[in-house]
Amino acid sequence: MGESIVITSGKGGVGKTTTTANIGAALALLGKKVCVIDADIGLRNLDIVMGLENRIVYDIVDVVTGVCKVKQALIKDKRFENLSLLPAAQTKDKNAINPEQMKELILSLKKTHDFVLVDCPAGIEQGFKNAISGADRAIVVTTPEVSAVRDADRIIGLLEAAEVYDPRLIVNRLRVDMVKRGEMMNVEDIEDILAIDLIGVVPDDEEVVMSTNRGEPAVLKEHSLSGMAFRNIARRISGEDIPFLQFDVQESFFEKLKKALSFGK
Amino acid sequence: MFDLFGFLNTKPASKNVAKDRLKLVLVHDRSNCSPELLELLKQDILSSISEHIDYDPSDYDIKITRTKDSASGKPVLVASIPIKNLKR
Repeated sequence: MGESIVITSGKGGVGKTTTTANIGAALALLGKKVCVIDADIGLRNLDIVMGLENRIVYDIVDVVTGVCKVKQALIKDKRFENLSLLPAAQTKDKNAINPEQMKELILSLKKTHDFVLVDCPAGIEQGFKNAISGADRAIVVTTPEVSAVRDADRIIGLLEAAEVYDPRLIVNRLRVDMVKRGEMMNVEDIEDILAIDLIGVVPDDEEVVMSTNRGEPAVLKEHSLSGMAFRNIARRISGEDIPFLQFDVQESFFEKLKKALSFGK
Repeated sequence: MFDLFGFLNTKPASKNVAKDRLKLVLVHDRSNCSPELLELLKQDILSSISEHIDYDPSDYDIKITRTKDSASGKPVLVASIPIKNLKR
């Protein structure tokens, strides 16, 4: 029996879909059998991020309503033999499925996959409730901005209420240069506020935009920092103990001097 | 905070502003507790302990937070009030 993980954030635009696509691909590269589900019904996007948009025949609503079998709706990614996508419906809305149907669907997919990743829609309404039903674990994605962190905090509370315990945190789009200048919250600040365990830090990287433009996961780029960050997250998910990437955040001489000379709280 | 180099940067680093603002707003988000209620709680706690201990009114911290250890994830009321003197 595999494991289901929902990737969620509350706020839109923080990189849930990109994260899902890349972690899915990275887990597949590790030899795991992976299914990624786009739970954002009406705003389907995981397909285009993964470059599989032209291969959709059936979608998740077709599966839960019995129009087709799960197997018929799954799109196999030809670049990763272990990776398949269950796309969202584009013309229906979030109420086209309910949490019980989702639970049942995930349970059946767990029987044939090592990991089932669910790309959760933004918001805290029906789409969110559907996406988290059937999740064994959760990954909360945030960016170092006040709005994203606030929404992540709300999501952590809602996950808890829904009995999805011990969520893990991904800090996405970290600008190392801004952190160094003290103009962006660093990872410790965010961990401190949200009080959940970190599973990965992904630096802000042009490579992600370029890869998404082409519909190729960034994890295929051997030398990209973001690709490496996603590969590390996949290894942590599969139980390895991988140290976090250090993005050269050494303090400048002036910073050190300032710290040494300042006192108080 | 006393900072010898404070005169070089008149504005605090924006990340500290962000962190402080977030901490404040999350207190209310997490607890469904209005600022008025928190204020009432503070006054009641302080007035009841002031019968027994002396504390520095400028140096205490009473807040609603969430701790990593609390398995339930429920908000926790944390009061940190340094004792100056125990009244006998």
